[in-house]
Formats: sequence, structure tokens, C-alpha cells
Amino acid sequence: MKFSIYRYNPETDEKPRMQDYELDLKKTPAAMVLEALKIIKTQDETLSFRRSCGEGVCGSDGMNINGKNGLACITPLASLTEPVVLRPLPGMPVIRDLIVDLTNFYKQYEKTKPYLQNSQPAPGVERLQSPSEREKLDGLYECILCGCCSSACPSYWWNPEKFLGPAAALQAARFIVDSRDDATPERLAQLEDAYSVFRCRSIMNCADVCPKGLNPNKAIGEIRDKLLKDGV
Amino acid sequence: MVKPVFSFGKSGLQDWLLQRISAVVLVIYAIFLFSQMMANTKHSFIAWHELFLGGWLRCASLLALISLVIHAWIGMWTITTDYLKPVILRLPSQIIIILALLGYLYWGIKIIWGL
Repeated sequence: MKFSIYRYNPETDEKPRMQDYELDLKKTPAAMVLEALKIIKTQDETLSFRRSCGEGVCGSDGMNINGKNGLACITPLASLTEPVVLRPLPGMPVIRDLIVDLTNFYKQYEKTKPYLQNSQPAPGVERLQSPSEREKLDGLYECILCGCCSSACPSYWWNPEKFLGPAAALQAARFIVDSRDDATPERLAQLEDAYSVFRCRSIMNCADVCPKGLNPNKAIGEIRDKLLKDGV
Repeated sequence: MVKPVFSFGKSGLQDWLLQRISAVVLVIYAIFLFSQMMANTKHSFIAWHELFLGGWLRCASLLALISLVIHAWIGMWTITTDYLKPVILRLPSQIIIILALLGYLYWGIKIIWGL
């Protein structure tokens, strides 16, 4: 199987280039893109990429696979046409090869204060939720912060410092709808500017690429609805 | 975050809501004009002129014109803040667009009210 992989080492390369590799999958079987990358790495140890769990849970190996963002570890080679073109996540600074700098991505995540805030005294047991309150977190809590969605979002490309991006917006919604959190007014006030969530143009790239099948656009819509109810 | 100088509303929520309300006004106005075109078999200047002499249609046209200007400015402000990063390009572009839209508004009012 043929691969064309983005290569760039800022310390030695003047500009990025694509490098071709070929694997004989009969001799070295690989089911997923990440497995193929690991085999290629045994042939060319200079190739750099992030990976950890290998099963779509940690979100480390987000990359652009044949033009679409996804996780290398859960993308079957059988689903791809040759040559398989692998590039780093678009719109983010490249540290080396397929590794991107996620600093700004995490800054946006941090802005949402992604932890429960509750000013009431802590109860003796857990803060309990009803099944329906818990259900509201479905579709939000599963995000693994791989960056595939934000990296596929043109609004995030143009305004990465001002627009939260789909991933961070999803996290903002996750805590806004949580019945155990009582900082909702402050959370909403932080999002009513022209950029944080309102720069989303609903083109749905985020939902299209999310490896967990989540829909950040819907979460942004829920935030807007709450802002509208509070603001009108 | 610094409050944008030329954004229309005082918040993203206000811009977002105004853009949708103005879009609804424009759709209703466009449907009305289209239905008039279909219903009116006399496609003449005089027939149209008579139609637009009605006070209620003048008010509706003014509302549609104001909606169009608001809708266009919110959209154009978004586009310029997305794509024109250097202030030396963005600021003059925004000023030109504002002046053009205000010019169209003035011109439109003159035409609608026959001033």
C-alpha cells in the first residue's frame, strides 16, 4: 500500500515536503492507519507522530487522512484510497511532521473553565442528578479533545484566539447544562461576545469529522438558545 | 476581549438575532413582491409605480431596506474580520462598506418616498 506523508523538521528543513512510502501489507499486516505508521517508523525512525492508547480513547493521533481529519488508530486502511495522504491537522502550527502545536487549542479549552463550579457547601455524599439531568450530558462529555473538529473549522482557522472552536464550545455546553454547576450566568456572560460562540457559521465540518460522532454545532446552538432566553 | 468598534450590536447575541430577524423581513418582502409580479399581468412601469404609491408598501419597503442594510453590515463586518487581518486593510474596507450602505439607504429612501 502506498503512502504519501507530510514531512517537516523546522530545525533542518527549509520548507515542508511530502515523502512516499510503500508497505507490503501481506508481509507486515496492518489494519489501521496508526499500525501502518508504526511499521513505517521501523523503516524510517525520523518520522514523528503522536500516539498513545491506540483505540480511539486518548485522542493523541488526530491527523488529516486523505483530506479528512480523523484518528489514525481507528481509521481502517481498507476504507482508504491509495496513495494514503497523511498530513498534520490543518490550521495549527507544525512542531514536526504529523505533530502539531495544540497550545492555543488548550488555551481555548481552559477559557471555558472545564470543571464543576458550585458555591453551595459540599454535601456529605455526591451531588446527585436525576436520570433526565444526567441525560443532558450525553453527546457532550464523550469529547476526547483530539482537535479534529477545531482543526477542520474555518472559523477557528481565521480567529483561533477569539473563537472558542468546536471542541472548547462543546466543553462549555457540557458544564452549562450540568445540573450540579451553578455558575451558568457567569459562563453564559463570557460567551455573549461576537466571537466566542457566535463566529460559528454552522458549516458542520466539526460534526463531519468527529471520531466520537459528536455534534459541536448542536452544542453551540444550545448555548445560543440559552443566551437568547436569558438575554431577551 | 476588546469590544469591536464597528460591530452593529452590543454583543454577538444581538448581531446574531438582528441578522435572523432582518432575514425573515427580507424573505417576507421578497415573497410579497414575487407574488405581486405573478398576480399582476400588466408588467408595466405604471402598474409598478401605482403599487409602490401605497403608503403601507412604502413603509414595508423602508423596513425591508433598513433590514437589508443591517443584514449586509453584520455579514460584511464578519467577512472583513475573518479575512482582512491587517488593520490597514480592514479599517478602510469597513469604512467604505459603511459609507456605501448608508449611501444605498439614503438613495433607497429617496426613491421609495419620491423625495
